[in-house]
Amino acid sequence: MAKTIKEINEKIRKGKAVVVTAEEIIDLVEKKGVKAVAKEVDVVTTGTFGPMCSSGVYLNLGHAKPKIKLGGGKAYLNDVPVYTGFAAVDVYLGATALPDDDPRNKVYPGEFKYGGGHVIEDLVAGKDVRLKATAYGTDCYPRKEIETLINIKDLNEVVLYNPRNAYQNYNVAVNLSDRVIYTYMGVLQPNLGNANYCSAGQLSPLLNDPYYETIGIGTRIFLGGAIGYVAWSGTQHNPTVKRTKNGVPKAPAGTVAVIGDLKKMSPDWLVGTTFTGYGVTSTVGIGIPIPILNEKILKYTAVKDSQIYAQIVDYSEAYPKGLPGSLGEVNYEQLTSGKIRVKGKEVPAAGLSSYAKAREIAQILKGWIEKGKFLLTEPVEYLPSVDSGQTFKPLKERPVK
Amino acid sequence: MAKKRIVLNFPHSLVDKPITYHLVKDYDLIINILRARVTPREEGLLVLEVTGDKRDLDRGIKFLKDLGIKIESLAQDIKWNEKKCTHCGVCLAICPTEAFIMDRKSRRISFDKERCIVCENCLRACPYKAIEILF
Repeated sequence: MAKTIKEINEKIRKGKAVVVTAEEIIDLVEKKGVKAVAKEVDVVTTGTFGPMCSSGVYLNLGHAKPKIKLGGGKAYLNDVPVYTGFAAVDVYLGATALPDDDPRNKVYPGEFKYGGGHVIEDLVAGKDVRLKATAYGTDCYPRKEIETLINIKDLNEVVLYNPRNAYQNYNVAVNLSDRVIYTYMGVLQPNLGNANYCSAGQLSPLLNDPYYETIGIGTRIFLGGAIGYVAWSGTQHNPTVKRTKNGVPKAPAGTVAVIGDLKKMSPDWLVGTTFTGYGVTSTVGIGIPIPILNEKILKYTAVKDSQIYAQIVDYSEAYPKGLPGSLGEVNYEQLTSGKIRVKGKEVPAAGLSSYAKAREIAQILKGWIEKGKFLLTEPVEYLPSVDSGQTFKPLKERPVK
Repeated sequence: MAKKRIVLNFPHSLVDKPITYHLVKDYDLIINILRARVTPREEGLLVLEVTGDKRDLDRGIKFLKDLGIKIESLAQDIKWNEKKCTHCGVCLAICPTEAFIMDRKSRRISFDKERCIVCENCLRACPYKAIEILF
């Protein structure tokens, strides 16, 4: 029996919708079977909480008296540079931005104690942030410099807009070399000393809707503790990777661009993050509801860790050089057990994505829907899927004449 | 038999003294060196697990104190800040003594101070700076 989003929303409004998390649905389907559960359950909620570097915030600072045009000038928030190439007082703060005087990796491995992701956390926590800017001055914007404290509550708009979040699956990173390496996948000990993965697995949003049949442009979501939306497919969206029989990608595949009002978000779900020797970023909490429109969609949401496979990639050579090939594949049940086998060796495995927090997000979103505070949306447009032929292309370098 | 894990901070003037020799020879103690760091013009640091008769252990520690060595219990040195921890678990695979544990059911991290040897691997690995070292 197929349902429509309109019918599900009617039940949500009446407080009668049956909502379970992507973890709870697994047992339920195993116990009662697909047919019965598809009738019973209306929504499955997902969640993920991990470092997501393509994240950032655009802010409208308001006009000072006399006015200053930051566009074409330079501006900093807590010494972290922001992009000013817009109109007079719109700026964009990226999660990986670093203060000009941060030593970076000059003393290796760099510490990267404070950057864009931390400024975002401070802003959303309601802390005062220091704005410092210089401009060239025009007839209509005569001022050439400004230094002031600002606070999120006083600004006109502060919008989280992340071009690429919630990767559908990711690599398992290892180090085959004989020295410690410092990567965006964490500190990797030499000679297969450890293996780091980064996905919420069976709770992860896009792994529960592998062909993007319900998640699309305009989908209402949990973002950073508040309501947000899917704005577009994310950058590097790559639906055409290898998949298992049940449709689950076996490598990094789909992504989403997301947007939401930072003023309503919480520092619990947008955390400034440091990778020693690599840089700073933001850890973002996202949860996406999946309407159970039919049995096929339900089956996808019942996917479990033992059915989701990831590729083991060497980050000492293969990754930096862009060489193809995987050292093998493992599933998330093996990864979450804390030990995997690579090249015949037992290797301790650990995650960068917090399963406990992902679970919390799925529960919060479930609560919002059960209370009738959160209605589901029909996508305005679907994300490119397998039939689009869309791939993730490398950069072709050409000689400059 | 008694066992203690201690952190010794000693001045530069004592760096070339065979301290552990005396603990073994004069006080009959079993010494396991967990970590050692001696830097020029700085204090030396030695992390020991010392095992022996309770009376010998106390006498050995008094001997160290009399030499001018500052002694702290190892357990106080690594601090896990649960509030900052996101329970991602990246510390699990990098800890050589399994001092960080993830509960299989709750998927939350806990820290067993007794197992920690203050190798500091986790300090660099934690993306949220939830682990601090207090010397």
